[in-house]
Parts: sequence; structure tokens; C-alpha cells
Amino acid sequence: MKKPKIDKTPARLDFIQSATGLILALFIMGHLLFEASILISNEMMYKVTLMFEGYYFFGERYPGIISFLAAAISAIFILHAAVAMRKMPSKYREYRIMRKHTASLHHEDSSLWMIQVLTGFAMFFLGSVHLYGMMAQPDQIGPFLSSVRVVDGHMAPLYLLLLFSVVSHAFIGMYRLALKWGFMEGKNSKKSRKIHKFLMRGFILVYLVIGSFSLAKYIEIGMTHDFSDGETYHSQTIQMESEQ
Amino acid sequence: MSEKKDGHQLRKLQVDILRFDPHDPDDFPHIETFEIEEAHGMTLFVLLNEIREHHDNSLKFDFVCRAGICGSCSMLVNGKPTLACRTLTKKLDQHITLAPLPLFELIGDLSINTGTWMRGLNERLETWIHDKEQELNVDALEERMEPDLADEIYELDRCIECGCCVAGCGTIQMRPDFVGAVGLNKIARYHLDPRDKRDNKDYYELVGDENGVFGCMTLLGCEDVCPKDLPLQSKIAYLRRMMLRTGLKG
Repeated sequence: MKKPKIDKTPARLDFIQSATGLILALFIMGHLLFEASILISNEMMYKVTLMFEGYYFFGERYPGIISFLAAAISAIFILHAAVAMRKMPSKYREYRIMRKHTASLHHEDSSLWMIQVLTGFAMFFLGSVHLYGMMAQPDQIGPFLSSVRVVDGHMAPLYLLLLFSVVSHAFIGMYRLALKWGFMEGKNSKKSRKIHKFLMRGFILVYLVIGSFSLAKYIEIGMTHDFSDGETYHSQTIQMESEQ
Repeated sequence: MSEKKDGHQLRKLQVDILRFDPHDPDDFPHIETFEIEEAHGMTLFVLLNEIREHHDNSLKFDFVCRAGICGSCSMLVNGKPTLACRTLTKKLDQHITLAPLPLFELIGDLSINTGTWMRGLNERLETWIHDKEQELNVDALEERMEPDLADEIYELDRCIECGCCVAGCGTIQMRPDFVGAVGLNKIARYHLDPRDKRDNKDYYELVGDENGVFGCMTLLGCEDVCPKDLPLQSKIAYLRRMMLRTGLKG
């Protein structure tokens, strides 16, 4: 007797949610580190900007590459949001049940999931604003231009909220992914879970510190730097043809 | 009364019990507080009997084995699902709150009917050996099994269907159609068993959807409250990988 075909969709959706989440989390890990180059020097951050604009590969700056990257990340972001929405409480009743459950159980991992729901929801808005900005104005990135965006463009509060949301969401998400699929589970799952949790806490802490310090640095530049020469950074070592 | 033994100071316990008789139309859920003198080695089983004998003989609660095997005394102790017979009062604060497990049919006070729910689950997941029954020869010797495999199956078979994992699962509270860890553990158990002739696609039909393994949100309440310490986290992850492979292959 021939068996009816199975419905592959639930398996695919679950896989897409995990895979897109992992890609976004890895992206954020890189993103925040590259952005923190401002903590080393303005020059360093400028070089990182040039790298992403393809200057070191093509000898010319193409901010369009940033637009393209932002669009690609947006697509993954939207896909992740769409599939992850299935898990969110969709009715107030469900939300209330979950709140009561986590409150009475005093259970850390259940509470972590609530953080995922809340930060995920917040990022529908915070993340979209940021991604659209990067797509629309890819040439407005640099040690001075970014600082102006943060201070005069009033992006600092949004970036601060986004930083806390994205860092907790990404690392809690990676911790949960590891347990969900049994990644590096070993023989003793209780022990590996402890290690995963320790790593999760460590990464959240380190990335919040790095992110906050870089944001503070951009704010400092934006508030104290004299922009009378224009908002574009002029490197002492790299001369652009257009500037000669 | 407050003598010391094993370094433990006996206390006057304040026990809040959520009481409700669903069969009495005039009753409504309310908290009743009892003050009980703690005794050495006192478990919640002893404590509840003390209340029934000396304070209120109408209090409803279930116990059968008193040894953590039958699974009938599961209840919420300070909000956490666990077996009352294995819970020592000295491990708890002086103020104890007891409530029935949610989701199951309430018989009254702390007594719940897990049987109907569990039977429904077992029928839904067909938790029995599927063999070609017509061809089964009862005179033939059963196929031999490696002791390691038998141990692994036995490990999962230790589930007593107490319902703690169900009460500890946020997912199933929100979405009551979810099979829960008790169901997924059973599927993992039958999947291990070489006598069960169902293939991965058959299992996918049972748990390869949002009410099955893909509905699990890895809150791990089940893993953390299971009184039998079943490896639920690891078995659900295993099942998820297996069901994903089956689902992607089609």
C-alpha cells in the first residue's frame, strides 16, 4: 500500500526559523565588532567603512555594496520575523497565560523565551528603521558622518534600544538553538547546557559593553567635534581621487 | 516541639492550599491555610495526611505508592510541578503553597485526573509496538536485543505519566493541542525499539507538525521539573533532527 505524502512545510518552517536566526546572530556579532573600530581610532573606523564599500578590492568606493548588504539582511530579517511570528502569543489570552506561567514557575529558560518575544517584537520596528536607513543612505557612514547621524539625526536613543534588544535576542537565540538541535550536547546534556548558558551570559555582557562604548564614542564625537570642515572624514594616509 | 536533629530546626509550617470542588455549584476556588507542626523526615504526603486526619477530613488529594513510582501525587508546590511524596518539607520554606496541576481535569482540591488526558495522548500517538500482527507467530522466540539498547529504551520507559512536564510546559499551556514532553518522549522510545516496524515517515505523520516536535519552543520546563530526571531536552532535540531530515527529504 502506497503511503500518502507527508507535509514537509512544518519541518521547513522550523528549519528556516533556526537558520535565518543563526545567520542574523552571526551577522550581528560581526557588525558590532566592526562598528567598535571607532574605539580604536577614527582612522580605523574609516578603513573598515572603505573595506565594506569595496575600496580595497576595486580601488574605488561603492556605497551601493552597503545598500545591497542591508537589503540582503533585511530580506533575512523579514523572513525570520515572518516564521518566528508563528510562535509568538497571538491573543492576549495566550500572552497572559504565558506571563502567569513564567511568573509562578520561576523558571529561567521560560523567562528567556519571554525576553525573545518582547525583544523580537521591539525589533519589528527598531530593526526596520535602522535597516531602511542603511539601504537608503549607504554613503552616510564614517567616523564623522555616523556620529552626526547618531547625534544630530537623533538616532542615539533608537540605537541604544536596538543594541539591548539585538544583543540579548541574538545570544539568547543562539543558546536556545544549541539546546533545540542538540548542538555540542555531548554525553551530559545538563553540563553542556550550563556551558552554553555561561557562554550566552558572557557574550551578552561583552557585546553590551562593546556596543555601549562605541555608541558613547559616536555620541562624544558628534557632540564635541568641530564640523566646520564638513562632515566627511579626511584621512591622512588614504587620499581619494575626488579629494585631490 | 522545635528540637534539632540532623541540624534541622523543626518549624510551624504555614500551608496554603488552593481548594475547589468543581462538583459543588456553590463552591469557588479559594486558598485555605493550615498550620502544621513539622516532623522529622516529613514529606508532603505525611503533611497532607496530617491535615486530613487532624484538621479537615474533606481535603482531596491522591497518593498510591508513596515512592515516586505511581505518579498520582503530582501537584504544584510553590508553583513548581513535582511529586508530593518525594518532597521533604525541610527543603521548603516555612510558608508552603500547594495547588493542583493545571490543564488536567480537576476532581477536587489537589486531586486531578491525569488518566483521561494520558490515555488520549497514548491513543493519538499510538504508543504501542506496531508489528505485522497477522504474521506474528506467538510460538517463535522474540528477537534478541542488545543490552545497551534495552537499557536505553528502559531509560525512557521510566516515565510515570505524572503530568509534571505538562504543567511545567509554557507551550502546552498556551496551545493545549501540543503533545508535550511526555508524548515526544514516548515517540523517541518507540523509535528506538527495533520491534516497532514504523518508519520515520510514520512518526512524522504523528509528530512532524506544530502540535508535535516543531511546536516545542525549548522552554525546557519539562526537563527541569521531571521528577524522574528523564533526558527530555536531549530526546526532543534528537527527535527534531530526525523529523527535520525526514521532512526535508520528503
